[in-house]
Formats: sequence, structure tokens, C-alpha cells
Amino acid sequence: MLVYVIRRVMQSAVVLLVMSGLVFVGVFAIGNPVDILVNPNADQQDIERAIKDLGLDRPLWEQYLVFLRQAALGDLGNSFVFNVPALQLILERMPATLELAVAAMLIGVVLGIPLGLWAGLKPDSISGKAIMAGSILGFSLPTFWVGLMLIMVFSVHLGWLPASGRGPTTSLFGVQVSFFSWEGVKHLIMPATNLALIKLSLIIRLTRAGTREALVQDYVRFARAKGVPERRVIGVHVLKNIMIPIVTVIGLEFGSVVAFAVVTETIFAWPGMGKLLIDSINVLDRPVIVAYLLLIVALFVLINLVVDLGYCALDPRVRLADARV
Amino acid sequence: MHRFAAALLFAWIASSAASPSVAADLRIGLAADVTSMDPHFVNLQPNNLVAWHVFDALTRVDEDARLVPGLAESWKAIDATTWEFRLRRGVRFHDGSELTAEDVVHSLDRPATITNSPGSFVPFTRPLVQKQAVDRYTVRLKTATAYAMVPYDLHSVFIVSKRATTGLKSQDFDAGRGMVGTGPFRFVAFKRGDRVELARHEQYWGERPAWERVTLRIMPNDPARLAALLAGDVDAIEHIPTADLARLKGNPGFEIAQKVSWRTILLHLDQYRDRVPGLSDKSGRPLERNPFKDPRVRQAVSKAINRQAIVERVMEGQAVPAANLVSPPVFGHVAELQPEPFDAEGAKKLLAEAGFGQGFSAVLHAPNNRYVNDEQVAQAVAQMLTRVGITTRVETLPAAVYFVRARNGDFGLAMLGWGSFSGDLALRTVVAAFDAERGFGTWNWSRYSNPRLDALVAQSLATLDESKRLTVAREAMTLAMRDHAVIPLHHQVASWAMRKGVGYAARTDEYTLAHQFRPR
Repeated sequence: MLVYVIRRVMQSAVVLLVMSGLVFVGVFAIGNPVDILVNPNADQQDIERAIKDLGLDRPLWEQYLVFLRQAALGDLGNSFVFNVPALQLILERMPATLELAVAAMLIGVVLGIPLGLWAGLKPDSISGKAIMAGSILGFSLPTFWVGLMLIMVFSVHLGWLPASGRGPTTSLFGVQVSFFSWEGVKHLIMPATNLALIKLSLIIRLTRAGTREALVQDYVRFARAKGVPERRVIGVHVLKNIMIPIVTVIGLEFGSVVAFAVVTETIFAWPGMGKLLIDSINVLDRPVIVAYLLLIVALFVLINLVVDLGYCALDPRVRLADARV
Repeated sequence: MHRFAAALLFAWIASSAASPSVAADLRIGLAADVTSMDPHFVNLQPNNLVAWHVFDALTRVDEDARLVPGLAESWKAIDATTWEFRLRRGVRFHDGSELTAEDVVHSLDRPATITNSPGSFVPFTRPLVQKQAVDRYTVRLKTATAYAMVPYDLHSVFIVSKRATTGLKSQDFDAGRGMVGTGPFRFVAFKRGDRVELARHEQYWGERPAWERVTLRIMPNDPARLAALLAGDVDAIEHIPTADLARLKGNPGFEIAQKVSWRTILLHLDQYRDRVPGLSDKSGRPLERNPFKDPRVRQAVSKAINRQAIVERVMEGQAVPAANLVSPPVFGHVAELQPEPFDAEGAKKLLAEAGFGQGFSAVLHAPNNRYVNDEQVAQAVAQMLTRVGITTRVETLPAAVYFVRARNGDFGLAMLGWGSFSGDLALRTVVAAFDAERGFGTWNWSRYSNPRLDALVAQSLATLDESKRLTVAREAMTLAMRDHAVIPLHHQVASWAMRKGVGYAARTDEYTLAHQFRPR
């Protein structure tokens, strides 16, 4: 087990290195932030001085080596436009995004699995069909449109929920969270629902497909023949067996929700880190772009690891295979 | 586990007690992100916007972009290279201490100490070779050569408290340290990417703001910002998308404030290379000579553009046709210059006279996320040029890529938007011949070069007498525009929307200032 974890960590270190190199070359090829942010009254000399101050006049390989040396010491550089450490900038915004992502995934799982199960058990009923039709809508409607519609209906017309922003935050073990107050929850409902929609549809479809497949398996028929109560057949035998693909997808989707919640964050003016990435790309704030992507890669690696460990817990075959290795 | 639950419960109760907003509060939705609280770190509009609430400068510009006294009560040039500024007496910082000449000198020195800024304030302070606090309320500033823009430049440099900011780094400001100014509002909190909270400064020297507490919310997404206003989440917003303005105007629950902005949209035509990128004859072969070097071709381009149509259709009325490099209220604007009337036949005739009767092909480059409807404006211009025989294709790029390539000289025909507080300054940067040494022509992508114009611009900027300077600045503007050095298209109109009962003195410089919102 330990060997496995160590191997995974080594692999991810290589991925991180390659990633940082690619981003470096990419941003270098586009240009530098001075050309965009320069004071309009600045003359050629001012511009050259600014470029030099930021170390952007040096050759690419030299800039990259400087970055690597700093990174090895845990310093990913200062943001060009915020003038604070890039990592701090991202971590400052991370709780907001994580909060949104967790809320969205919770909505997806808590609603998606029962609905999918229902649709799988009663595929021909009206309710089953309605659930599936709903999931197609959830898949195909663009997030930004749904977001704006939510705002139009629930904020502008009904006035039930605030249109945008994050509610008042409270410190929980040093992290700023907003779901402890009714005001905060009210702010969270719409963006989380908006973000959850696609995930919800995905989980419904996966659960339904898995359920239908599992229902015709021998072990289900045997359990039923044995007289196991229906609740136990579905709650234990079916559910446990369909969880493997669902856990994988939930894990990966969680990563992508965190990394790319940007559309929802932008529409709802949610101060998360997805918005930060887009803003940083717009002004070529390289330290932030690099740090952000490195962090996301690290996050995906971590999630994959957790998912793999989740398999072990769910599926005895995986545990046995691992023990033999 | 129990302890955890208790913590949750406590947190819930604590934050539920947050007070609701009252009438003396103003919440404004801003269109762009604020990156730093340090007023001297980077010269970005949203950062300066926040700084104008907390700090002041020696001079200010009013709604019409005219220079008016700020912390300096008066100023004068005592000789060709020395300016004397007399400070207002009894101005109090937020910590209660009095503003003195020492604070001013410290503030003018500070931008140069910040080295890692991509858009430094140094261009405003560098002309000042010597700064001297003569007495408690008098500052003398020396320039190397006669330079008329000193009072204008100083309106961009915020005055901070020497005692509160000595030894601070930019980062310290974000947490509120050093945020001690003389402005109408005290700094309360900065939540990056989310909001800035402010509270009224009761000892403010100017007109007392109507609002006790102000929240500046950062909402870069246009529809979302508008929705927040409609839903009552904010009381006012800036930058109304042109398409939504008509709808908002018809809604009795809201008010609109508008003003011609200082930003002028113009076209640069390459006038220095023989082989211009993107230009070819109709069959794709390179042209033998650069058509834009011929003033008749440049005039033909100007005549071919139906500015009125662009203003009415593309900008939906949110612009004014332009004949100047600066918009009407700005110093150095020449009212006698009229927008070139649309005349397709005249344009064709001019092209034929210049030897391009059969036309040519061109590529028009424009940004697609920088100016209001920039991409659509470029499309419209391209169709108008195509109609008179200059077959034009549009290529748009995000600003991050666009400006880098424009500076590299990759474009032959390119769009630029420019805002300036005076005509001669705009000419110096956009039209004067490129001269890194003197700082002329930094944004002169077309490399237009006219020694007579350069001399006029230099003379204007060195004339300290405002009325004499105005004459020279206008002469320079007239010369550049008559020669079609660049092709001005339109001046943008800036707009704000407020809930019913709140009014705003709309500003040419596009700033959204809480203290200028008034309840009716």
C-alpha cells in the first residue's frame, strides 16, 4: 500500500514539472503583463524598466530556472498585478470555491442517487421517465443561461434569494465559511444548484444504468429467491455494487467542479478562485496562472488517490489484488 | 463530536446577528476587479477608483475632466521650471492628524520606491526632479524643463500619511495598514475579488457624503451586475451594456446617468513601412507602395466610414461621432473640427486620384474585450471600407494578445481607444513621432511623423500659461486631424444606473465615486 502511494506521488511530481514548463512556455509566447497594464503615459524607458523589474527581460530558460529554484523552497512567486504571493492569493479564495463545489456535489449525490435508483427500478413508470427527461435538460442547458434564468426568476421577479455574491462569512477552524448563517445559505443556494445541475444529471444517469444492469444479475435474483427483503436487496446488494463507477465519477467531477466553477462564479459574482484564473489569464499574470494550474493538478492527483482508496473500501477484490502485489 | 456541533451552533448564531442594511448605506456594483489597496502600486482604473474614496490628490478633475483644486488650494508656476502648491489648511487624516507638506513630499517620493509594478505611477512623478516642503502648507516642485502637465499629472498621485505608511509594503495595505488618507471615506475591509467596505470620514474637508457606509461590490459579469441592480442587491452599477440600456430606461424603478467619456476610439494606419502587414492587391499580391502614406488614401478611409451609422446602430446611441483625439469637454478639444461626413463616392474618387482606383485588400485588427462593442465596430468599419473598394477582413484578438502584437508592429490597420486629460498629451503619445528618449509617440503604432506637429506638441506641453497653451494645443490637434494622422471614430458614452431616488453626477473620466451619489 505504502509503496503504491509513494509511486503515485513520484508520478505526480513529474506531471507537475511538465505542467509548469508548458504553462511557462505558453504564457511567454503570448507576451508580458507590462504591455497590458502599463500606465498609458509611460514612455519606452518606463516600459523597459518595468519589464526588467519583473525579471521578464531575461531569457525564458533563466526565468524558468529561477522559478524552479524558488518553487523548491515553496515560493511560487508574487502575482504581478496583486503584488502578493500567488499561492496565498489562491488559497485565500479556495474556501469559497470549495464551499460551492462541496454544496454542488452534495446536491448532486443526495438527489442524484435516489432519483437514479428510482428511475432504474421503475424505468417504464411516468416518474422514471420524467426523471430521465429532466436529466437530459440538466445536461444540455448551458450553465450560464441557467444561472441567469435562476437570477431572473428567484431574485428579480420573486425576490426570494440574493442575485449574487457570497454571504457573511464566519471563521471555522481558521477557514472563512459562509454556510453557518441563513444569509450565507441564501447566497449559496442558487450558485450551488446551478453548478450541481450537470453533475446531478450525470449521477442520475449513471445510477440508473448501473441499477438496471445489477437488477438482472444472479446475486440479486438469488437474494430475492432467498427471501431477502426488497429494501435490503436494493439498499445493500444493488447499491454497493453500482457504487464503484459512481465513486470514480464523483471524484473526478469534484475535481473539475473545483477547477472550472468559473462560469458559475462569474455569473453569481462568487469570489472563488476560478474567477481569479480567468482574470489572471486576461492580464498574463503568470505566477498566478502557474500556481493555479499546479494546485489543480495536485488536487486531481489527490482525488484520484482518494478514489482508489475508496475502491479498496468498497470492493474486496481490489483489496485482495493489492495484497497479492 | 459534541464540541464540533457546539462550534457550528455558535457560529450560526454569531453570524445570524449581522445587521440588515439601512437607508444611509450605498452598495455599488463595479465592473472590474480591484487588485491592490496600495494607491501607489499599479495605475489601474479600479484600484484608483477605490483610492479616490480613501485618499485625495493635490488636484482633481471635475465631472467634465477639468482641473480643479484638491488638497492644494491653489498652485502657480513661479518660474519656468518651478511649481508652488499651497495646501488647504486643517485637512485631517482618518487618524486625526493634520495633512502637512511633509506628507505630500513623502507621497510624491513613494511611487519610485515600488519596483515590481507592471503599471507604475512613476511617469507622473519622474518629471519632478526636486521636491521641497517650504513650510507646513507649501510645497515647491522643480522640473528639469518647462512642463505644463505637472498639475494634471499630480491629480493621479494620491497623498498618503507619512506617519502611517513609512516602511510599509504594498501587501500591508490590503489588510488595512497604511490606509490612512484624507478622503471622504475611511477604509473598513477589503475582501479580494468580492468587495471593499468603507465608512464615512466625519472630519472630511469637502462636502459631506450622503452615505454612512459604502460597499463596493466587484461584479465583472455584465448581465449579473444588471441582475443584481434589478434584484435590489446593489443600489447602483457602472458600465451598462448598450443592449440593456433601452430596457432599463423604460423601467420607472431606476434612473440612468450618462456622460460623454474621455475615451476616443480611433484607427491607426501604418505610415512607415513600404510593405504593410495585411495589405495586398485584390489578387493577394503585395502592393508596390504603402497606400496609407498618401494623405488622400487616409482621407478616403475617413470618408468611407459612416460614423453616424456606427453610433446609432452598433453603439445603440452610446457614443458620439469623433473628429478629435479627445472628447468635447477635455482641454485641447477643437470644436471647429467636424466629423468627416460619410461620402462613399468622394472616397472612391480620392482613392482613384491616389492611384488605387481598383482598390486593395486590408486586414483590420481590433481587440474583442477591451472597448464597448469593439468587435462589432470593427466589423462595421470593415464593411464600409469594402464598399469603397478597400476589401477589408477583420481579425480580433483578446486584449492580452492584441496589445503585445500591436506594439510589435504586427498590424497595418488597427483599432485603439485612448483617454487623456488634455489634447496635447494625447497627441504626444498617440500621434507624435516615436522618440524613446523624449517619451514621444509611445502608442504611435502607425509611426506617423510630422516634425511641425512634434514641435507644436513640445511647445504646447512647455507653455505654462493655460490660455496660450490652449491655442497651441488646438493648433496641433487641428494639424494632426487635417492630415488624417489617425482616423477618429467615436467617443464612448459612459453610463450608470441607480435605483429610483438616487442621483449621480456622471463623470467624463468614467470614475464611479460613492460621494457623488446623492439621495433625491
